Formats: sequence, C-alpha cells, structure tokens
Amino acid sequence: MKSAIAILTVVAFASVPLWLRDPYLMNALITTGIFIIGAMSLNLLLGFTGQLSLGHIAFFGIGAYVSALTSLGFDVGLPFGFRIVHVPWPPIVGFVLAIVVAGLCGYLVGLLSFRVRGAYFVIVTISFAEVVRLVALNWVELTQGPLALTNIPSITIGLPGLGDLTLRTKLQNYYLVLAVAVVTYVLISRLVHSHFGRAMRGLMENETLAVSVGIDVTRTLTLAAVISAGIAGAAGSLYAHYIRIIDPEVFAFINTVTMVIMVITGGKGSLAGPVVGGMIFGLLPVFLRPIMAPEAQWIAYGGVLIVILFVLPRGIVPSLALRFRKPKSRAETLAPVAFSERDAKEHA
Amino acid sequence: MSEFLQHLINMLVLGGTYALLGIGLTLIFGIMNVVNFTHGVLYTFGAYIMFIVVHQLGVNFFLALPLAVVAGWLLGAVIELTLLRPLRGSDIDTTMLVMIGAWIAMQSGALWIWGGVAKSVTTPFPEAPLVLGPVSVSWLRLFVLAAAAMLIVVTYLLINRTKLGCAMRATFQDQDTASLMGVNVDLIYTSTFAIGSSLAAAAGALLGPVYVIFPQMGDLAAVKAFAIVILGGLGNITGAVIGGFVLALAEELGAGYVSSGYRDAMGFLIIIAVLIFKPTGLFARSERVG
Repeated sequence: MKSAIAILTVVAFASVPLWLRDPYLMNALITTGIFIIGAMSLNLLLGFTGQLSLGHIAFFGIGAYVSALTSLGFDVGLPFGFRIVHVPWPPIVGFVLAIVVAGLCGYLVGLLSFRVRGAYFVIVTISFAEVVRLVALNWVELTQGPLALTNIPSITIGLPGLGDLTLRTKLQNYYLVLAVAVVTYVLISRLVHSHFGRAMRGLMENETLAVSVGIDVTRTLTLAAVISAGIAGAAGSLYAHYIRIIDPEVFAFINTVTMVIMVITGGKGSLAGPVVGGMIFGLLPVFLRPIMAPEAQWIAYGGVLIVILFVLPRGIVPSLALRFRKPKSRAETLAPVAFSERDAKEHA
Repeated sequence: MSEFLQHLINMLVLGGTYALLGIGLTLIFGIMNVVNFTHGVLYTFGAYIMFIVVHQLGVNFFLALPLAVVAGWLLGAVIELTLLRPLRGSDIDTTMLVMIGAWIAMQSGALWIWGGVAKSVTTPFPEAPLVLGPVSVSWLRLFVLAAAAMLIVVTYLLINRTKLGCAMRATFQDQDTASLMGVNVDLIYTSTFAIGSSLAAAAGALLGPVYVIFPQMGDLAAVKAFAIVILGGLGNITGAVIGGFVLALAEELGAGYVSSGYRDAMGFLIIIAVLIFKPTGLFARSERVG
C-alpha cells in the first residue's frame, strides 16, 4: 500500500512535463524540488534525532559555492605568499565535492552538538550559517562577494554509448532534480528503517535509556549530521548549476526558515512530510503572487507557521495517516513521534 | 594610541545599548525559558516608533524615547498573552518555531507598512562633535550612552529592590515553589516579557537615530543579543551588562584592526567560541537573576 503510493507519486511527478508547458511553473517546480531535497535532509536531523538545526542553509550554500567554484576555477592568494590556482573541473566533480565538503562541515557541527543542546545548539547553528555568509560576502577574491559567481556551467553527464549530455533545458533539469529527490528519499527511508535509524530515534526519545542499551551517542549523532549536511550540499550543487548564478544571499536565514516550515507543515519525523510540506510552500508563492504583495506573502508564511504549530503540531502527513489508518495499527503509524516524552505526558 | 582611545569611546556608546538588548533577552530566556526570536523585531519597532513620533506626530525628541519604551512594553505584553501563554508547558522547540513565525510576520509587516527605504531621525543635538584631546564623540552618542546607563540602573533597581523584581527572581529560581508562595506566575511571565521587550525597543529607539532605520535592522541586533546572553550567562543581568561591553569592544577592535566587513561576524564568533570552551558563560556565578 505504502510503496504503491510512492510509485504512483513518482509516476505522477515524472509525467508532469508531458502536460505542463508553462516555463514559469516548471521553474517553480524545479526550485521547489531542490528545496524539498534540502527539507528532507533537515528532516533527518529535526524529525529523527530531534536536533533543530537552524543553520541548515549553510550546508546548502556551501554545496552551491563548492560546486560552482570547482567548475569555474579560481585563483586565490593566501597569507605568506601562497597562491591556490584551480583550473575548472567538470560540474559533476563539483557535485561530488559539494557533498563531501558539506558533509565535513556537518561533521564539525555534529561534534559541537554534544557540547551544546537545545536552545544553544540552535543558536550555534544560526551563528555558523551567518559566519559562512559573512565569509562569502567578504572573501571577494574567492567568491566575488556581492557581485556573485556568474556563468556557472550546467551539469554534464556522460551516458554510455551516447556521449556527453549537458543538462541545459528546464525539462532535463526537472528530471535530474526528480532523480536526486527519489534517490534521497529512498536513502533516508532505508536509513531510518535500519539499525542506525532506530538508534537515532531511541536517542531522540530517551537518551539515557538509549545509552544504557549501548547506543553510541557520538557516532549516531555525527553520522546523522554528516549525512544530512551531505544531502543539503547536493541540493545546493543542483541549485548552483540550475540557476547558474549564486551570491551570498543564498545563505539568508529566511531560506532555512523556508525548509523548516516545509518540514513542520508536512510533518517532522515522517518520510513523506517534507515532500508534502515542500509542495505546499514551494508552490504557494506561485498562486499567491497575482493576489498578494511579496511582503504580505511573508506575513502569511509566518502566520501559517504559527497556525500549523497551534492546530496541527504533528504536521499534515502524520495527522492524515492517523485518520486513515485502522485503529490497530495506530501505534505503528505514530512510531516516529508517539513515544516521545511529550506525547507520553499527553497520554498519561 | 589615539586611535585605540577612539575605539574605547565608541565601545562605551555601543556597549550601553547592547547591554540593554542583552538584559531584556536574558530576563526572558532565564525566567521563561523562551528563545525570543522577536527580540530583534522589538528593537526595530522601537526605532520606528521614534521615527513616527518625531517626524509624523512632531513630538519632542526626548519625549519620543519614553513613548517607544511604553509601546515596546505593550507589544511585548500582547505577544506574550496571545502566543506564549497558550503554549506554556510545550517543548522549547515549538515555542521557538512559533516565535520565528511571529518574527517573520512582524518583520514583513514592518516592510509592508514602512517600505524598505532606510529612514533617519533628525535630532536636536549639534552636528559638531565634542572634542576631547585626541578623541571626538558626537553629542547624540553621549546622550545615547547616558540614557542607556540610566535604563540599566532602573532595570537593576526594579529587579533587586521591588516586590515585582523579588517575585521575578523567585520564579527564576523555582517556578513551582514561587507559585506556592503566592506569586502569580502568569503575571510574572507577562511582566517579564513586557519588560524585556520594552528594553529592546529602548535600545532600538536609542541606536535608530545614530544609524538609519530599516525593517531588517533588528536581525543583527537579535543575534548580538544572543551573543551577549551566552557570554554573560543565562539570566545574569550583571553578566549581560559586561557581555554587552565586551561584544562592543570586540566589534570595535575587529572593525578597526581586522576588517570592517567582519565587524558583525564578531558576535557569531563569540557565540561559537564561548559555547565550545565555556558553555555556562564567562560570568556564571550562580543560577539566579540579579
């Protein structure tokens, strides 16, 4: 049943370009797809380990810059007279490097999360993203600062027997993003249903108990942070090669908030949650644009986030799942959230 | 040397308002355990009240400051009553996300109402700065320092010498016991949030005329306030005052001797460094307010 829905969803998304010809809507779908990949990676941390990272856009932006710089090349002077000269490499190498570098940054932030938890972790992650933004803004020699990196090449993939294919059109990019999104979904799904996923959830629900049964906190949380950051870096790379211009504004806090809203609305700790929330909030601006000023849209965003947290604190997908499941399997449906301490208190 | 003295003078002026921001946030964080993301918006709000009162209502500059404080107090009370009171007892992440929602909505509201063009407030102070040997400081900045110092002292007396302050300190130590002793905890929460908000608005009203006023001005202010609170230790007012001056000094020296582009990075670097090496803050004496 569940896999049938998943396959139908993928088929439906794959068929979109067959009937949708409007380039503006296609563009909105592609950027939404990229943000959904980012939201899925955020959900891995927020929904399955309970760590609220509000600097998630840093990994996305680092991925975008690494990928762009790898494929554009750079020539940077360092202190003590050293210089780094880099000749352009194919964008696909940039894509891989984006994942690796973002993952490394995720490792550093993950290490930090043992020293500081809760509100402090949130503030550290925000600070991390802001420091990265200021570096991108001020290290003009490397990043061009506010002038932005332009003319970023499109991704080229070598197909066996067909030669190289450069993904320039919206149609090609749409399928590329869809493919990466599906891979990400499957990866996260396999991960949370593995031994490692159960360890993460155990830590989120009761850390003391989880540690007492032999779960390694350090290993589990850093691994989750590394994977999450790596996926966000991949999304950033896709973004850079699709939009083909990036500036430090990519690190804006509002982009993290967009991902958080997607996850919370769809349902944190639910695999399909970020996809549902992402489709709503990715496409909402498209429909609101003719009737509302951009500022009013943002007011609505803030308002919707508040209303969702008050009315549907679990998010859309878990609430729907609860409604449509037979009572006997309720516990299973709710597994990601039902046994958290807060719910235990509610049920008590 | 004279350059260094000038940095010190600038540090004093900045530090005073930073301390106001920090005290407001540390009270809210310490007593209510709420990560107040609307703190920056209240700062912006105070600055805009200053602009409206001086330029649109034509009221005296010195009267505008108390009005901004009162307006901040009212807005803070409204936020607490409508958003935080219903969420009492829910986990800190939920409250945090609700406050982020409120922040986005209010900041976009400011952008909608007042537009993105930066505004400046004309002040009654002479243009020519006061020159003291090698350093110079404008009269406006001196007034800002004096007003901030006065507000800090008033807040200190409020917390340490009044019945309300006593109840706030009791709530910080142990909410349940305070409640048993007859403290109306709901009222304390609303008062705390309102007082913290009015201090943020005061900081905005003071620094707004020094710089320019625009809807996003509060974002950096909020982060600086977080840096100050983390530096000074949770709920520690003296720590927040010292933290405010330390941050101002770090910014002045960073801008003067490293690069002005990284001025605003100082707050973030302080946050990260303090949390890595001394997560309880530099001045953590004991777990209490005051």
